[in-house]
Amino acid sequence: MGSYVLRRVLQMIPVFFGATLLIFLMVYTLPGDPIAAMYGDKAADPATVANLRHKFYLDQPVWKQYLHYMGNVLTLDFGTSFTGRPVSEIMADAFPVTIRLALVAFFFEIVIGLTLGLVSGLKRGSIGDTLVLVLTLVVISIPVFVLGYIAQTVFAINLGWVTATVQDSTDITQLILPGLVLASLSLAYVARLTRTSLGENLRADYIRTATAKGLPRRTIVGRHLLRNSLIPVVTFLGTDLGALMGGAIVTEGIFNIQGVGNILYKAINQKEGPTVVGVVTILVIVYLVASLVVDLLYAVLDPRIRYA
Amino acid sequence: MPAATRTRWAVIGATSVALVATGCGSSGDGGGSSDAGKTFSYQSSEPQNPLQPANANEVGGGRIIQNLFKGLVDYDPANGQLRNQVADKIDSSDAQTFNVTLKSGWTFHDGTPVKAKNFVDAWNWAATTTNNQINSSWFGDIQGYADVHPKSGAPAKTTMSGLTVVDDTHFTIKLTSKVSYFPYKLGYIAFSPLPDSFFADPTAAGQKPVGNGPYQFVSWDHNSQVVTKTFANYQGVDKPKNGGVVFKMYTTSEAAYADLQSNNLDVMDQVPPSALANYKNDLGDRAIDSPQGAIQNIGFTLYQPEWAGANKAKVRQGLSMAIDRSTITKTVLQGSRMPASAWVAEGVEGYKAGTCGDFCTFNADKAKQLITEGGGVPGNKLLITYNADGGHKEWVDAVCNSIRQSTGVDCVGDPKTDFKTSRAAITGHTINGAFRTGWVQDYPLNANFLADVYKTGAASNDFGYSSPQFDQLANTADQADSITASATGYQSAEAVLAQDFPAIPLWYYRTNSGYSTKVQNVEFDSFGNPAWTQVEVKG
Repeated sequence: MGSYVLRRVLQMIPVFFGATLLIFLMVYTLPGDPIAAMYGDKAADPATVANLRHKFYLDQPVWKQYLHYMGNVLTLDFGTSFTGRPVSEIMADAFPVTIRLALVAFFFEIVIGLTLGLVSGLKRGSIGDTLVLVLTLVVISIPVFVLGYIAQTVFAINLGWVTATVQDSTDITQLILPGLVLASLSLAYVARLTRTSLGENLRADYIRTATAKGLPRRTIVGRHLLRNSLIPVVTFLGTDLGALMGGAIVTEGIFNIQGVGNILYKAINQKEGPTVVGVVTILVIVYLVASLVVDLLYAVLDPRIRYA
Repeated sequence: MPAATRTRWAVIGATSVALVATGCGSSGDGGGSSDAGKTFSYQSSEPQNPLQPANANEVGGGRIIQNLFKGLVDYDPANGQLRNQVADKIDSSDAQTFNVTLKSGWTFHDGTPVKAKNFVDAWNWAATTTNNQINSSWFGDIQGYADVHPKSGAPAKTTMSGLTVVDDTHFTIKLTSKVSYFPYKLGYIAFSPLPDSFFADPTAAGQKPVGNGPYQFVSWDHNSQVVTKTFANYQGVDKPKNGGVVFKMYTTSEAAYADLQSNNLDVMDQVPPSALANYKNDLGDRAIDSPQGAIQNIGFTLYQPEWAGANKAKVRQGLSMAIDRSTITKTVLQGSRMPASAWVAEGVEGYKAGTCGDFCTFNADKAKQLITEGGGVPGNKLLITYNADGGHKEWVDAVCNSIRQSTGVDCVGDPKTDFKTSRAAITGHTINGAFRTGWVQDYPLNANFLADVYKTGAASNDFGYSSPQFDQLANTADQADSITASATGYQSAEAVLAQDFPAIPLWYYRTNSGYSTKVQNVEFDSFGNPAWTQVEVKG
């Protein structure tokens, strides 16, 4: 087990370098000159532009820029944004916000998604099952921004139950609506995945055996059925936590949440290399760690899986 | 359609009636009383640069700076006219040397007095290349600018010889050549004074600015808000009627609009395009539709041989006549623009309607005739380059349709990914034929729309336009005795553009905005800024 984890952690190192290099090159190849763009419609002043390019290390060839950047990252210096703020400070502001939002969404995803999945999976063909199928189909087919604007208009502007945008991201109650919107798509997948998985396992031999032994239904469902059925769901949930953090750009925009998605969107627009690379690198690490945790959870759920 | 025009004017009429009513009843019960201690929030975006006056040329930072700092003069929000603030008077006998006298009693937010040296030091610092200020070229008129800001390399000096401090309340500005409207430029935020504490640590000052404006800095919660409060010892003519401005950062104007509708935001910058059709219904008499000092043009690559020559001006005039401006502004642009009839925006000092003449009036037959007389569009194909990230696609397509239908010229839009890519293509001369261009006033004077764009070699002359006649008229206007005379001089220079047609004027921008039920007396100036200090927060 220990050596397995160590091996996985070591594998992260090349992935980390590869990912940063790719992202760095992608930002570099974005068209246009970020410094000249600071001048807007006005003509840029060449002397100041040359100075600024030098200041942000943009006057060097790309490989030198990358080495310079990586050298700094290893000392935990993620560079400075055009506003003069250290990128590490920007990330320290944005990540907690996004983590809170992602956790709220994750909570809804598990609680509502699993409940709906159980309701429909255990009683296939019932009205409840059909209702869940229709509901999840609707959610899956509507793009998240449509859902977001509808929710905002109805609950904030028409009914006035919540504020239209998030005024204070440390207030969890304000994150409920954006969290639900963000979770909606994954929630539908979780419900459907749970339903299918339950359906398959309900017909399995060990369930029939357990029923024949006369075990109470509660034990059959709780100990045998759920535990075996959750493996695909846990895989999905694990990778989805990463997706919730990095993929919240649309939701964060609608509800004006100043999280990672917003930072990333602005930085890409301004072609602000250090911020983009820094944020995406952290997101890559989140993905890697999440998938490691998922793999380890398999062993907990299914005793047949062992890591040497 | 006339009916639509009437509706629009009617809305403006209704707004001004409401404003008059609240003005009268501010102490009574009608419009509601106001509380001078309460702050209001304004839709903003995170400043792209540190908050240093000469380093903000985008609205996010610029609007915060203009509230924290106050220069020698500013523009009256009601009519755009120049008025004295820190300056008691600015005299000149020759339009080249300006003697500035300051009022006494002005102080910075830290209590230190605003002296002549605070201006001179601030301008020298901002102009010096090594300080990397985005707006440093604003000081280019001042004698000695080349010493502190050479074309390349390190500066030889850090002070401009054209600036001399006489005593605490007097200093002189000497320019390299005559610029009669120079005081108009002084209203720009780059000319703000800086306190002595700034120079000790400019970086820190950029995060926590100390100014001399109507509002003082309280906090900057990055990406969330900048909080200001009223400065008690403010000496300007526009004493704040509210307790401060909170600049709330929004990534999308849709989110801001949702907040405005649910009263979480008090004053908007500009309603999102998706709300243009409905915002007047949504907001009723809290909707704002007022003119802005900005124009949208289609420029031509006159540096290309196939677009040079006097005959091609006829082709451009013809293309201009092939564009049905009034239909496009009403349908595609949903009334957010106003058809242009000149190269200077409406409401600017020196604006003269109709300089463009018939060439800005839709007439398909005349258009075809002019294009044929001029020898036709090269290859009978016109490419209009624009940036795809600015919401321009819809109207560029509409303009092209209009041109295609009325003249048969194969006109297509040529989108570039984003603003910076299109700028690089335009300034790098790698485009073909025509491009979207525009001008937003730096100061509300016609010279700004003309000298900075159409003079030979002007910084924003992306056309490669060079007309000795225009240059000569502009230079004469620069040397006029008064601002009025200079504005008239520039009107005759503008008339040359109607002959040469380096760019097709399309339409003027408008401010489409609104405010919450918590505030009143909200009016916008031609910069698209609310008259900050006049906003009243209901008690």
